[in-house]
Amino acid sequence: MRRGLNEILRVPAGALPGVIAPTIFMLGLAAVFGKAASLDEYQGVSFLAFILPVGMLQGAGFTGAATGVNLARDIERGWFDRMLLAPTPRPVLLAGFVASASLRALLPASFLLIVALALGVGWPGLLELSIAALLVMGLAAAMACYATLVALRFRTQQAAPLMQIGSFIAVLFTTAYAPRELLSGWLGAIADVNPVTHVLEGVRQGFVGDVTWAQTWPALLSVTALVLVLGALAVRGMRRQGL
Amino acid sequence: MRRSVVALARRALVNALRRPQFLAPLVLFPSLFLAINVGGLGATRQLEGFPVVDGFLDYQLAAAMVQSLLIGGVTAGIAAALDIEGGFFDRLVASPTPRIAIVLGRVLAASVIAFFQVVYFLVLGLVFGASIKGGVLGVACVLAIGVVAGTGFGAIGVLIALRARNASTVQGIFPLVFVVLFISSAFFPLDLLSAPADTIARYNPLSFIAEGLRQPIAFSNKAGPVIEGLLAAAGIAAVSIGLSLLALRGRLRRA
Repeated sequence: MRRGLNEILRVPAGALPGVIAPTIFMLGLAAVFGKAASLDEYQGVSFLAFILPVGMLQGAGFTGAATGVNLARDIERGWFDRMLLAPTPRPVLLAGFVASASLRALLPASFLLIVALALGVGWPGLLELSIAALLVMGLAAAMACYATLVALRFRTQQAAPLMQIGSFIAVLFTTAYAPRELLSGWLGAIADVNPVTHVLEGVRQGFVGDVTWAQTWPALLSVTALVLVLGALAVRGMRRQGL
Repeated sequence: MRRSVVALARRALVNALRRPQFLAPLVLFPSLFLAINVGGLGATRQLEGFPVVDGFLDYQLAAAMVQSLLIGGVTAGIAAALDIEGGFFDRLVASPTPRIAIVLGRVLAASVIAFFQVVYFLVLGLVFGASIKGGVLGVACVLAIGVVAGTGFGAIGVLIALRARNASTVQGIFPLVFVVLFISSAFFPLDLLSAPADTIARYNPLSFIAEGLRQPIAFSNKAGPVIEGLLAAAGIAAVSIGLSLLALRGRLRRA
């Protein structure tokens, strides 16, 4: 975990893409589709406040994908072979990657929050922010497990787009742009079964209204299930590779 | 010279087909965005000031095309930068190949790829229920604007590659594609954009290109927007090809 975090300290520019891309998307989408929030279904919430959580989760997704790319680079360069010699249990190795991704995901999330607050989004409150941070970290962990799985399967950095597209699809095929009532049939059906929809609604609730247990527990359950399932698959992937 | 240009274009196209990981983003990301925009924001047609269209897909197809063509430009730049990094560029310079063909060959390849990008989105739109109001003439207009715009964006990619000399730098401009796209009327009507995007979009050439592509698809073959789109695309192509040739000359002088 410390090695993963050291990368930020030693090469801070390496963190920029994971911060800049979600920021550009958030501001760009708000500038383009901002007037959509005048529809009744948005219930008076500004489009920027509505889409801020999407940006936070995109940042979590990019951070998770970056973890997988780093692992693929370590595999290509032989660094990971050296770790095979250590007696460290494989789940512990995975936990290190995942923990660093979770903490790093707070960087883009914090930046997006500062930008959104500066542009007039209301302060959600400490409890609301804590829940949002927990969910963002959880999704980053889940995406890191997914990216680890891809890295172990393909063992090359060229699989990076596959890692990124996974989080991209997971976050955007939800109630990302509009409330459930406005989604077209097929997208609504996907959003209904996509566990990240619950995570997104859990992050969003504090920015658009009040935090309720009814919206929080599905989000926590979804992110926990994603981490457990994808984590188990990643550990199995490690063992299959002889790692 | 013509044979050199065609040969280099053919090489660029063959290399592109051998590296599908470079071609996939050209259609994959714009297609995903198109799906999400249409599925999530179709109700915005109810907003006052939104033009009357048969479907939100009809309106959004132009945005997907412009996005894809811009990514195609970045891809052409990355490919050119890889040629420079790998030494192929130096071997070309040492050969009797006309210098201008080095740029024009890559630009011609971008034009060909742009043609297929536009065709892809037209077919995708038709499969999912869009209709081309302008008919066959409308399709021809869309192809013309798309190919010329793709040529220009490809030349911009080559220009950046010649100045940057490495693929990582060219790849780094990828987020700028979305910045330029968001401050245009590609995705949403000009009058419904938020400030200051609405002001910038009025002068953004991408707005004219997007409106030119959209007119025959969603509305009719009205000449004004189509001609403006074609002129904007041609202007970008002319300027960027000129600048690419200047960049090539500068690079050769420094060598």
